[in-house]
Amino acid sequence: MNYGTNDNRFAIQTFSLSRKFGDLIAVDGIDLSIKEGELFSLLGPNGAGKTTAIKMLCCLLRPSSGTATVMGHDINEDPMAVKQIIDVSPQETAIAEHLNARENLRLMGGIRGLAKKEVKKRSEELLEMVGLTKRAKEQVRRFSGGMKRRLSIAMALVSDPQVLFLDEPTLGLDPQSRRGIWEHIAELKGKKTIVLTTHYLEEADALADRIAIIDEGKIAALGTPQELKDSISDMQVMVVKAKNLTPDVIKSLKEIYPEVKATEDGIEIKAKELSFYEIVDYLRPRGVAIQSASPKQPTLDDVFLHLTGKELRE
Amino acid sequence: MRFWELAIRNFKEMWRDLISTGLEIGIPAGFLVIFWALGRNMGDESFLTTTMLVPGITVFGFAFLLMFSAMTLSRDKEGALLSRLFTAPLKPRDFILSYSLPYIPMVIIQIAVCFGIGALLGLELLENAGLVFLILLVMGICCVELGMILGLLFNVNQASGVGSVIITLVALLGGIWINIETIGGVFYRIGNALPFAHAIKAARAVMIGADFSSIATDFYWVLGYTLVFFALGVFLFRRKMVE
Repeated sequence: MNYGTNDNRFAIQTFSLSRKFGDLIAVDGIDLSIKEGELFSLLGPNGAGKTTAIKMLCCLLRPSSGTATVMGHDINEDPMAVKQIIDVSPQETAIAEHLNARENLRLMGGIRGLAKKEVKKRSEELLEMVGLTKRAKEQVRRFSGGMKRRLSIAMALVSDPQVLFLDEPTLGLDPQSRRGIWEHIAELKGKKTIVLTTHYLEEADALADRIAIIDEGKIAALGTPQELKDSISDMQVMVVKAKNLTPDVIKSLKEIYPEVKATEDGIEIKAKELSFYEIVDYLRPRGVAIQSASPKQPTLDDVFLHLTGKELRE
Repeated sequence: MRFWELAIRNFKEMWRDLISTGLEIGIPAGFLVIFWALGRNMGDESFLTTTMLVPGITVFGFAFLLMFSAMTLSRDKEGALLSRLFTAPLKPRDFILSYSLPYIPMVIIQIAVCFGIGALLGLELLENAGLVFLILLVMGICCVELGMILGLLFNVNQASGVGSVIITLVALLGGIWINIETIGGVFYRIGNALPFAHAIKAARAVMIGADFSSIATDFYWVLGYTLVFFALGVFLFRRKMVE
């Protein structure tokens, strides 16, 4: 079956990929082209359709309509060929609790057909990479959440897949563990095609070559992190830290500027053009004690808010 | 032989769960001794002879194996490990084999423990032990395959509940303590439709001298159920692998 632009330079291409669950459209006609060696992030809130999309690409879910190719293999027509070249670290940690770390790695290598010698070598390398060599003989049910996540990612790498799917790899982890996992993912950049789903903006911003913002099953925007931020750079943001800000003052500011948001210790003002002095001159005569005022660079959260009208963490 | 790697994991998973393993061996052993002691208290007229009890309680032990094998599979399903394994290039029959095979050594151990204890309690050594072993081995595999089906259909709590219902069903209608033909009526018909009573009846008959031809129908009844459960397991795995 020919889907038009099946370009060999792309590791993954989706063609109007859709999935319904009853009346709910979880993924709604997604068209994506992910380059070989790219770290591509699907960014969106819970329930946006990220995991459903990944499950279809991993041949765990059948699309309701449309299809996709992974390294040229159609997920509907040749799922076994797709499974030969991918691996996945699922959202749930998904490890064998009564096995030790080394046995978990060897299990994954074994079921993907690697020779015993190769599995052994790769397992030791990966244990070293994720810092679990010293705990390699311990049953993993005694591991912390962070250690299990690190092992889960290592398990997805044993077979040295051409395409790696990381579904919310840092979900529920503390900031320190999260940064540790980011470092491991960053080490893989450029070496293989990686599809990373996340609802953490910082994660996508720090790691991804390109990001697709997904909301209600549709791609809302696509580009590099900088391109996405630049797309809303026609709006300037001023963060003002101040005391004695009354509701009346905020109300009067809203009549002047299109977006004024109260924050914990002041306000954020958004407009096409903003002047520091103009804001200060307006607030001071009204009894507001300004502590600081500075322009703010747009974040992916701003992009998401701008595109969907809601905050990513809603 | 990729499935073999998964079978080894499942074997380790089973043996490292010491409580379940202990129960799988301890329950039939304990029941056998208790019912033998009850039989002795009843005196010479007791129907609870070792020839009556040993095959029945061996099959009763398989019913626990059914529940534990179902729970192991449903635990992997709930923990998403099974979903992860489904992304590997394995076929449905690879999965059912890798989850079933590790329980066969336990089936053999249960048979050995029950007949070993039976021998200590006065069960005479059999000339046709091989045939008794074959009947019970097929029954054990049948229970494991049914466990696979329950594991795929239910979550851990449900599998435990449904497993308990089946254990009770085997206890009441399997002919473990008494010959179900003496019950009669609808209970007999239900018990006779299921494989458990056939396996126990065939094993008892062989133990008192019957040859294969006289128990062939019962044996094939059990074998038929085993093959149907295996095929159904493959079908359910195929459906679960791509939803």
